[in-house]
Amino acid sequence: MIEVRDLGVSRGAVPVLRGVGFSVSAGEALILQGPNGSGKTTLLRTLAGLQPPLCGEIRGDPEDCAYAAHADGVKLTLTVAENLEFWARVFGVTGIARALTGFDLEALQDRVAGGLSAGQRRRLSLARLMVTGRRLWILDEPTVSLDAASVQLFASAVRAHLRGGGAAIMATHIDLGIEGRVLDLAPFKARLSQSDADDGGFL
Amino acid sequence: MIALLIRDLQLAFRAGGGFGLGLAFFLIVTVMVPFAVGPDAAGLAVIAPGVLWLGALLACLLSLDRLLSLDWEDGSLDLLATAPLPLEGVLSIKALAHWLTTGLPLVLAAPVLGVLLHLPAAGYIWIMVSLLIGTPALSVIGTFGAALTVGLKRGGLLLSLLVMPLYVPTLIFGAEAARRGALGLAGETPLLMLAGITLGTIALLPFASAAVLRVNLR
Amino acid sequence: MSIWEYANPKKFLRSTERVLPPLWLGSAVLITGGLIWGFFFTPDDYRQGATVKIIYLHVPSALMAINAWFMMLVASLIWVIRRHHVSALAARAAAPVGLVMTLIALLTGAIWGQPMWGTWWAWDPRLTSFLVLFLFYLGYIALWQAIDDPDTAADLTSILCLVGSVFAVLSRYAVNFWNQGLHQGASLSLDKEENVADVFAYPLYVCMAGFILLFIVLVLYRTGTEIRARRMSALLARERMSE
Repeated sequence: MIEVRDLGVSRGAVPVLRGVGFSVSAGEALILQGPNGSGKTTLLRTLAGLQPPLCGEIRGDPEDCAYAAHADGVKLTLTVAENLEFWARVFGVTGIARALTGFDLEALQDRVAGGLSAGQRRRLSLARLMVTGRRLWILDEPTVSLDAASVQLFASAVRAHLRGGGAAIMATHIDLGIEGRVLDLAPFKARLSQSDADDGGFL
Repeated sequence: MIALLIRDLQLAFRAGGGFGLGLAFFLIVTVMVPFAVGPDAAGLAVIAPGVLWLGALLACLLSLDRLLSLDWEDGSLDLLATAPLPLEGVLSIKALAHWLTTGLPLVLAAPVLGVLLHLPAAGYIWIMVSLLIGTPALSVIGTFGAALTVGLKRGGLLLSLLVMPLYVPTLIFGAEAARRGALGLAGETPLLMLAGITLGTIALLPFASAAVLRVNLR
Repeated sequence: MSIWEYANPKKFLRSTERVLPPLWLGSAVLITGGLIWGFFFTPDDYRQGATVKIIYLHVPSALMAINAWFMMLVASLIWVIRRHHVSALAARAAAPVGLVMTLIALLTGAIWGQPMWGTWWAWDPRLTSFLVLFLFYLGYIALWQAIDDPDTAADLTSILCLVGSVFAVLSRYAVNFWNQGLHQGASLSLDKEENVADVFAYPLYVCMAGFILLFIVLVLYRTGTEIRARRMSALLARERMSE
């Protein structure tokens, strides 16, 4: 579904990762690990097509990715159902019922998102993935502020997604109990390059 | 696209959406003018078209800051950029929503405020038509400015500094059409120029706005 | 050998270091010579008297005020299309020079206008256009300074420069439409009868050449400074990475 070869990514003008390579096919999950600042978010943003790669290539259809960032992207003055319906219409998907049940939001669906707790808002933000209809989920720290029960909800949603032929790439620290390969980013940390190319020839 | 427009309108009308702020600002500025220049009716009549145009421009400018920064802060902008909508379209819709919630109310309020400024009778239709034609350009140009400064902390003042010079041609032709109309002269030429600017900006500027927004998002 | 070789910062620094001293000297000689010639060795104008001699500052600075923006436009296009860092930095370096040239043109114009038109300022199309140009320069410089990441800043400012150029031209037509001017026609042009008399024109050409050289020198010098600053931050980043 997505294949990455010799990928380099940069934050600002500073290269952070180099030589990253992996491939994820349908039904697989890839879990990115690495200490803070190791470039997980930068890599995910690059995969989602928000920033161009420094070098290397990404093979895959960017129209196949659904990205969920650190920030919830929830509109606080809209209700839970309105938030989800908006994204469903943007992605051309009908029906938000499955997303509501998947993340246990039915009871909250007419509540204004501003009145939700941080964990509930996070669940709403993750439920959005289910109304995108996209096959590859790109998730950046999806379990922030979720309690144990909600983490289980999320894990089963991901498992269902994988069973349905989807795939997921996620950066996370906690063990979700999802069988997936773990990719440690530490070995790909960008070292000093001998070529001047990255500095724009300033050195 | 329609979904985005509906969402933006919903957000504007709900609490904290800021609908009506621009209109209130327009009212305040117009009311302040006689305090500054004196209550003489003849004097006010002369400057009325210009004051109304300037007030409308400032009211537009004031609300630009919220155009993209709210979506930027809560992360929606990243999600919209990865959604199956072209970014040019997203920004055009945002400009349209801005115009519907800010520009259009200004057009409707202008004649009422014209009474306060002793606008000559011939001027009412001209001020409304010129604002109706010109304010979409203000929204579209403003969206470009908002896209330029979206990632910046305290970008509000910079936004004004960047957008004001771009507003010069729109203001000149718009206010000139209204002024000529109020004096009973033919204002068709500046009105056509104004329409040209509006159509040109609507057609071309979203591409520049999307380009700078992509740079700001990466 | 192609001209793009000079887009390499190191090559740029090496070559400008060689050509800058003679260029500094050349512009100093031309401007000093042109001004002395213009001020002391031309007759007073029969209508304008000695005040006309401010033309030797006014016209060259006005010329450079516009051409500096034009140069920034070209440099921005080169950055957008070919992504040569030196080009973006040259555009950045030219902006304050252009701003000061615009300011000189406006100030000398005001000083000239006072005895001639009896007013320091008039909302004449030319004057207004220069004032608008001044605002464009301010916005452009402010945007450069507001953004930390140099590549982001270069991208955003170059698009602003492109869009701004279109709107600057529009503004020029708009102000022409909006007010008929007091300002005399162009001082120098190829196709008009009513040019400045030759006796005034020759020192003016010298001054213009001097100002053009001065602009080139300042831009090259300032671009060099920008390159060194970028080099320093690249070195610091490298040091941080090796820790």
